[in-house]
Amino acid sequence: MIGILIVSHSEDAARGIAQIAEGMAPSKGSVSVSGVGGNDDGGLGVSVAKIYAALTEMLPRCDGILILPDLGSSILSSRGAIGMLSGEEAAKIIIADAPVLEGAMMAAVEASTGSDLETVAATARDAKNLKKGDH
Amino acid sequence: MAFTLEMALRTLQNFSEAVEEKKDYLTDLDSAIGDADHGINMNRGMKKAMEKTCGKEYSDFGGLFKDIAMTIMSAVGGSAGPLYGTFFMKLGQKLAGKSEAPLESVADALQEGLGGITTLGKSQAGDKTMVDALQPAIGALRLAAPEGDAAAWQAAVDAAEKGMTDTIPMLAKRGRSSYLGERSIGHQDPGATSIFYLISAFRDACVKE
Repeated sequence: MIGILIVSHSEDAARGIAQIAEGMAPSKGSVSVSGVGGNDDGGLGVSVAKIYAALTEMLPRCDGILILPDLGSSILSSRGAIGMLSGEEAAKIIIADAPVLEGAMMAAVEASTGSDLETVAATARDAKNLKKGDH
Repeated sequence: MAFTLEMALRTLQNFSEAVEEKKDYLTDLDSAIGDADHGINMNRGMKKAMEKTCGKEYSDFGGLFKDIAMTIMSAVGGSAGPLYGTFFMKLGQKLAGKSEAPLESVADALQEGLGGITTLGKSQAGDKTMVDALQPAIGALRLAAPEGDAAAWQAAVDAAEKGMTDTIPMLAKRGRSSYLGERSIGHQDPGATSIFYLISAFRDACVKE
Protein backbone atom coordinates (compact mmCIF):
# COMPACT_ATOMS: atom_id res chain seq x y z
CA MET A 1 0.00 0.00 0.00
CA ILE A 2 1.23 3.48 -0.93
CA GLY A 3 0.22 6.36 1.32
CA ILE A 4 -0.32 9.83 -0.11
CA LEU A 5 -0.23 12.71 2.36
CA ILE A 6 -1.43 16.14 1.30
CA VAL A 7 0.15 18.93 3.38
CA SER A 8 -1.51 22.32 3.01
CA HIS A 9 -1.65 25.61 4.90
CA SER A 10 -5.39 24.98 5.13
CA GLU A 11 -6.90 21.91 6.75
CA ASP A 12 -9.97 22.26 4.52
CA ALA A 13 -7.82 22.41 1.39
CA ALA A 14 -5.77 19.37 2.49
CA ARG A 15 -8.87 17.29 3.19
CA GLY A 16 -10.61 18.45 0.00
CA ILE A 17 -7.63 17.64 -2.21
CA ALA A 18 -7.28 14.25 -0.49
CA GLN A 19 -10.95 13.60 -1.21
CA ILE A 20 -10.59 14.49 -4.90
CA ALA A 21 -7.46 12.33 -5.27
CA GLU A 22 -9.06 9.38 -3.52
CA GLY A 23 -12.14 9.68 -5.71
CA MET A 24 -9.96 9.43 -8.82
CA ALA A 25 -8.27 6.20 -7.73
CA PRO A 26 -10.27 3.26 -9.09
CA SER A 27 -8.80 0.57 -6.82
CA LYS A 28 -8.64 1.73 -3.22
CA GLY A 29 -6.87 -1.32 -1.77
CA SER A 30 -3.41 -0.18 -2.83
CA VAL A 31 -3.56 3.51 -1.98
CA SER A 32 -4.46 5.49 1.12
CA VAL A 33 -4.84 9.27 0.84
CA SER A 34 -4.81 11.58 3.86
CA GLY A 35 -4.71 15.34 4.26
CA VAL A 36 -3.22 17.45 7.01
CA GLY A 37 -3.12 21.22 7.32
CA GLY A 38 -3.46 24.34 9.43
CA ASN A 39 -1.47 25.35 12.49
CA ASP A 40 -1.92 23.91 15.97
CA ASP A 41 -4.51 26.56 16.80
CA GLY A 42 -6.64 25.64 13.80
CA GLY A 43 -5.72 28.73 11.76
CA LEU A 44 -3.96 28.88 8.40
CA GLY A 45 -0.42 27.55 8.67
CA VAL A 46 1.59 24.38 8.90
CA SER A 47 2.46 22.29 11.94
CA VAL A 48 5.43 19.92 12.05
CA ALA A 49 3.69 18.09 14.91
CA LYS A 50 0.57 17.45 12.81
CA ILE A 51 2.61 16.17 9.86
CA TYR A 52 4.68 13.97 12.18
CA ALA A 53 1.50 12.53 13.73
CA ALA A 54 0.02 11.80 10.29
CA LEU A 55 3.23 10.09 9.11
CA THR A 56 3.53 7.89 12.22
CA GLU A 57 -0.14 6.92 11.81
CA MET A 58 0.38 5.95 8.13
CA LEU A 59 3.83 4.31 8.35
CA PRO A 60 2.74 0.95 9.88
CA ARG A 61 0.27 0.26 7.06
CA CYS A 62 2.19 1.75 4.11
CA ASP A 63 5.15 0.44 2.10
CA GLY A 64 5.91 4.00 1.08
CA ILE A 65 4.49 7.47 1.55
CA LEU A 66 4.44 10.32 -0.97
CA ILE A 67 3.99 13.76 0.57
CA LEU A 68 2.42 16.46 -1.58
CA PRO A 69 3.08 19.85 0.03
CA ASP A 70 1.32 22.98 -1.24
CA LEU A 71 4.15 25.53 -0.88
CA GLY A 72 6.91 27.09 1.17
CA SER A 73 6.64 26.12 4.79
CA SER A 74 4.67 22.98 3.91
CA ILE A 75 7.82 21.70 2.21
CA LEU A 76 10.12 22.80 5.06
CA SER A 77 7.78 21.45 7.73
CA SER A 78 7.49 18.12 5.91
CA ARG A 79 11.29 17.88 5.83
CA GLY A 80 11.32 18.79 9.52
CA ALA A 81 8.81 16.06 10.39
CA ILE A 82 10.74 13.44 8.37
CA GLY A 83 13.87 14.51 10.24
CA MET A 84 12.23 13.44 13.48
CA LEU A 85 11.68 9.87 12.24
CA SER A 86 14.22 7.03 12.24
CA GLY A 87 16.42 6.66 9.16
CA GLU A 88 14.57 3.47 8.21
CA GLU A 89 11.18 5.19 8.37
CA ALA A 90 12.46 8.30 6.59
CA ALA A 91 13.72 6.13 3.71
CA LYS A 92 10.11 5.14 3.00
CA ILE A 93 9.02 8.73 2.38
CA ILE A 94 9.42 11.02 -0.65
CA ILE A 95 8.36 14.67 -0.88
CA ALA A 96 6.85 15.15 -4.34
CA ASP A 97 8.12 17.98 -6.53
CA ALA A 98 4.66 18.37 -8.00
CA PRO A 99 1.60 20.63 -8.12
CA VAL A 100 -0.43 19.64 -5.09
CA LEU A 101 -3.84 18.89 -6.61
CA GLU A 102 -2.86 17.51 -9.99
CA GLY A 103 0.09 15.67 -8.46
CA ALA A 104 -2.05 14.07 -5.77
CA MET A 105 -4.63 12.98 -8.29
CA MET A 106 -2.11 11.43 -10.70
CA ALA A 107 -0.17 9.84 -7.84
CA ALA A 108 -3.35 8.24 -6.49
CA VAL A 109 -4.20 6.83 -9.90
CA GLU A 110 -0.63 5.50 -10.37
CA ALA A 111 -0.56 3.98 -6.87
CA SER A 112 -3.94 2.32 -7.37
CA THR A 113 -2.37 0.22 -10.15
CA GLY A 114 0.11 -1.25 -7.66
CA SER A 115 3.18 0.83 -8.62
CA ASP A 116 6.04 1.38 -6.19
CA LEU A 117 6.82 4.67 -4.45
CA GLU A 118 9.47 5.87 -6.96
CA THR A 119 7.08 5.35 -9.88
CA VAL A 120 4.27 7.11 -8.03
CA ALA A 121 6.60 10.05 -7.26
CA ALA A 122 7.70 10.28 -10.91
CA THR A 123 4.08 10.31 -12.09
CA ALA A 124 3.24 13.07 -9.61
CA ARG A 125 6.17 15.09 -10.99
CA ASP A 126 4.80 14.64 -14.52
CA ALA A 127 1.64 16.43 -13.39
CA LYS A 128 3.62 19.65 -13.96
CA ASN A 129 3.10 19.08 -17.68
CA LEU A 130 -0.69 18.90 -17.54
CA LYS A 131 -2.16 21.55 -19.82
CA LYS A 132 -5.34 23.49 -19.22
CA GLY A 133 -6.15 24.84 -22.66
CA ASP A 134 -3.96 25.44 -25.73
CA HIS A 135 -2.08 28.60 -24.69
CA MET B 1 34.31 31.86 31.26
CA ALA B 2 32.36 28.78 30.27
CA PHE B 3 28.82 28.85 28.87
CA THR B 4 26.53 27.36 31.51
CA LEU B 5 23.00 25.97 31.60
CA GLU B 6 21.95 29.06 33.50
CA MET B 7 23.32 31.25 30.69
CA ALA B 8 21.51 29.10 28.14
CA LEU B 9 18.21 29.61 29.97
CA ARG B 10 18.89 33.33 30.26
CA THR B 11 19.68 33.46 26.52
CA LEU B 12 16.33 31.86 25.74
CA GLN B 13 14.54 34.18 28.16
CA ASN B 14 16.24 37.23 26.57
CA PHE B 15 15.32 35.99 23.09
CA SER B 16 11.73 35.40 24.15
CA GLU B 17 11.51 38.93 25.57
CA ALA B 18 13.11 40.42 22.43
CA VAL B 19 10.69 38.77 20.02
CA GLU B 20 7.80 39.83 22.25
CA GLU B 21 9.03 43.43 22.32
CA LYS B 22 9.78 43.46 18.58
CA LYS B 23 6.74 41.42 17.57
CA ASP B 24 5.09 44.23 15.61
CA TYR B 25 8.36 45.31 13.99
CA LEU B 26 9.11 41.73 12.82
CA THR B 27 5.57 41.42 11.50
CA ASP B 28 5.91 44.75 9.67
CA LEU B 29 9.13 43.57 8.03
CA ASP B 30 7.41 40.32 7.10
CA SER B 31 4.33 42.05 5.70
CA ALA B 32 6.56 43.83 3.18
CA ILE B 33 7.95 40.63 1.65
CA GLY B 34 6.49 37.65 3.50
CA ASP B 35 3.17 36.58 4.94
CA ALA B 36 3.20 38.94 7.95
CA ASP B 37 3.42 36.20 10.53
CA HIS B 38 7.06 36.12 11.68
CA GLY B 39 6.60 38.35 14.76
CA ILE B 40 3.37 36.73 15.91
CA ASN B 41 4.68 33.23 15.25
CA MET B 42 8.05 33.69 16.97
CA ASN B 43 6.42 35.35 19.96
CA ARG B 44 3.88 32.53 20.33
CA GLY B 45 6.56 29.86 19.84
CA MET B 46 9.09 31.30 22.30
CA LYS B 47 6.39 31.92 24.90
CA LYS B 48 5.28 28.28 24.69
CA ALA B 49 8.91 27.14 24.71
CA MET B 50 9.63 29.11 27.90
CA GLU B 51 6.48 27.73 29.54
CA LYS B 52 7.73 24.24 28.70
CA THR B 53 11.02 24.84 30.52
CA CYS B 54 9.31 26.44 33.51
CA GLY B 55 9.92 24.55 36.73
CA LYS B 56 11.94 21.83 34.98
CA GLU B 57 15.44 20.87 36.08
CA TYR B 58 17.87 20.25 33.24
CA SER B 59 21.09 18.32 33.68
CA ASP B 60 22.51 19.11 30.23
CA PHE B 61 22.13 21.42 27.21
CA GLY B 62 20.78 18.49 25.16
CA GLY B 63 17.60 18.15 27.21
CA LEU B 64 16.98 21.89 27.37
CA PHE B 65 17.48 22.62 23.67
CA LYS B 66 15.49 19.54 22.64
CA ASP B 67 12.48 20.80 24.65
CA ILE B 68 12.83 24.21 23.03
CA ALA B 69 13.20 22.67 19.56
CA MET B 70 10.17 20.40 19.84
CA THR B 71 7.95 23.21 21.15
CA ILE B 72 9.09 25.63 18.46
CA MET B 73 8.56 23.07 15.70
CA SER B 74 4.93 22.60 16.64
CA ALA B 75 4.04 26.05 17.95
CA VAL B 76 5.78 28.54 15.66
CA GLY B 77 4.22 27.60 12.33
CA GLY B 78 5.43 29.10 9.07
CA SER B 79 8.93 28.28 7.89
CA ALA B 80 10.47 29.70 11.04
CA GLY B 81 9.08 26.73 13.02
CA PRO B 82 11.04 23.94 11.36
CA LEU B 83 14.06 26.23 10.77
CA TYR B 84 14.45 27.49 14.35
CA GLY B 85 13.36 24.05 15.62
CA THR B 86 16.11 22.32 13.67
CA PHE B 87 18.63 24.95 14.75
CA PHE B 88 17.95 24.35 18.47
CA MET B 89 17.78 20.58 17.93
CA LYS B 90 21.27 20.53 16.36
CA LEU B 91 22.58 22.87 19.05
CA GLY B 92 21.33 20.43 21.69
CA GLN B 93 22.73 17.38 19.94
CA LYS B 94 26.18 18.95 19.70
CA LEU B 95 26.17 19.96 23.38
CA ALA B 96 24.39 16.84 24.69
CA GLY B 97 25.67 15.52 28.00
CA LYS B 98 27.32 18.84 28.89
CA SER B 99 26.19 21.45 31.39
CA GLU B 100 29.16 23.74 30.72
CA ALA B 101 30.93 24.52 27.49
CA PRO B 102 33.81 26.76 26.45
CA LEU B 103 33.18 29.42 23.82
CA GLU B 104 34.75 27.28 21.07
CA SER B 105 32.22 24.50 21.75
CA VAL B 106 29.36 26.97 21.67
CA ALA B 107 30.64 28.24 18.31
CA ASP B 108 30.84 24.62 17.06
CA ALA B 109 27.27 24.01 18.23
CA LEU B 110 26.03 27.20 16.53
CA GLN B 111 27.80 26.02 13.38
CA GLU B 112 25.95 22.68 13.64
CA GLY B 113 22.69 24.61 14.04
CA LEU B 114 23.50 26.68 10.96
CA GLY B 115 24.18 23.44 9.07
CA GLY B 116 20.72 22.21 10.08
CA ILE B 117 19.14 25.40 8.73
CA THR B 118 20.99 25.33 5.40
CA THR B 119 20.25 21.62 4.88
CA LEU B 120 16.56 22.00 5.66
CA GLY B 121 16.07 25.27 3.80
CA LYS B 122 18.55 24.48 0.99
CA SER B 123 19.72 28.03 1.54
CA GLN B 124 23.12 29.69 1.42
CA ALA B 125 24.61 33.07 2.25
CA GLY B 126 23.22 35.77 -0.04
CA ASP B 127 19.74 34.25 -0.38
CA LYS B 128 18.24 36.90 1.95
CA THR B 129 17.52 34.57 4.87
CA MET B 130 18.44 33.87 8.51
CA VAL B 131 21.73 32.49 7.19
CA ASP B 132 22.91 35.97 6.21
CA ALA B 133 22.99 37.05 9.86
CA LEU B 134 23.92 33.73 11.50
CA GLN B 135 26.88 32.73 9.34
CA PRO B 136 28.90 35.97 9.78
CA ALA B 137 28.02 36.02 13.50
CA ILE B 138 29.58 32.57 14.02
CA GLY B 139 32.62 33.57 11.98
CA ALA B 140 33.12 36.72 14.06
CA LEU B 141 32.60 34.79 17.30
CA ARG B 142 35.40 32.37 16.39
CA LEU B 143 37.72 35.08 15.11
CA ALA B 144 37.37 37.22 18.24
CA ALA B 145 37.39 34.29 20.70
CA PRO B 146 41.05 34.81 21.70
CA GLU B 147 40.14 38.33 22.87
CA GLY B 148 37.80 36.91 25.50
CA ASP B 149 34.10 36.13 25.73
CA ALA B 150 32.86 39.70 26.02
CA ALA B 151 34.74 40.89 22.93
CA ALA B 152 33.81 37.73 21.00
CA TRP B 153 30.06 38.02 21.68
CA GLN B 154 30.12 41.74 20.87
CA ALA B 155 31.87 40.97 17.58
CA ALA B 156 29.23 38.33 16.86
CA VAL B 157 26.40 40.80 17.56
CA ASP B 158 28.04 43.43 15.32
CA ALA B 159 28.45 40.88 12.52
CA ALA B 160 24.85 39.68 12.89
CA GLU B 161 23.63 43.28 12.73
CA LYS B 162 25.67 43.97 9.61
CA GLY B 163 24.47 40.68 8.11
CA MET B 164 20.91 41.69 8.89
CA THR B 165 21.14 45.10 7.21
CA ASP B 166 23.09 43.57 4.32
CA THR B 167 19.92 41.64 3.42
CA ILE B 168 18.17 44.92 2.47
CA PRO B 169 19.55 45.18 -1.10
CA MET B 170 19.45 41.41 -1.65
CA LEU B 171 17.12 39.61 -4.04
CA ALA B 172 15.24 36.92 -2.12
CA LYS B 173 15.95 33.38 -3.31
CA ARG B 174 13.96 31.40 -0.72
CA GLY B 175 10.49 31.40 0.75
CA ARG B 176 7.49 33.53 -0.03
CA SER B 177 9.59 36.65 -0.59
CA SER B 178 11.29 34.90 -3.53
CA TYR B 179 7.94 34.88 -5.35
CA LEU B 180 8.20 38.69 -5.39
CA GLY B 181 11.43 38.55 -7.40
CA GLU B 182 13.02 42.00 -7.74
CA ARG B 183 10.31 43.57 -5.58
CA SER B 184 11.96 41.86 -2.58
CA ILE B 185 14.93 44.23 -3.01
CA GLY B 186 14.99 47.11 -0.52
CA HIS B 187 13.44 45.24 2.39
CA GLN B 188 15.24 43.80 5.42
CA ASP B 189 14.75 40.07 5.93
CA PRO B 190 12.67 39.28 9.04
CA GLY B 191 14.47 35.96 9.66
CA ALA B 192 17.89 37.65 9.63
CA THR B 193 16.43 40.23 12.02
CA SER B 194 15.26 37.64 14.56
CA ILE B 195 18.71 35.98 14.33
CA PHE B 196 20.24 39.35 15.30
CA TYR B 197 18.00 39.33 18.41
CA LEU B 198 19.09 35.75 19.16
CA ILE B 199 22.80 36.56 18.98
CA SER B 200 22.19 39.68 21.10
CA ALA B 201 20.36 37.43 23.59
CA PHE B 202 23.47 35.21 23.82
CA ARG B 203 25.70 38.24 24.40
CA ASP B 204 23.45 39.70 27.08
CA ALA B 205 23.26 36.36 28.89
CA CYS B 206 26.98 35.62 28.67
CA VAL B 207 28.48 39.03 29.22
CA LYS B 208 26.19 41.28 31.22
CA GLU B 209 25.62 40.68 34.88
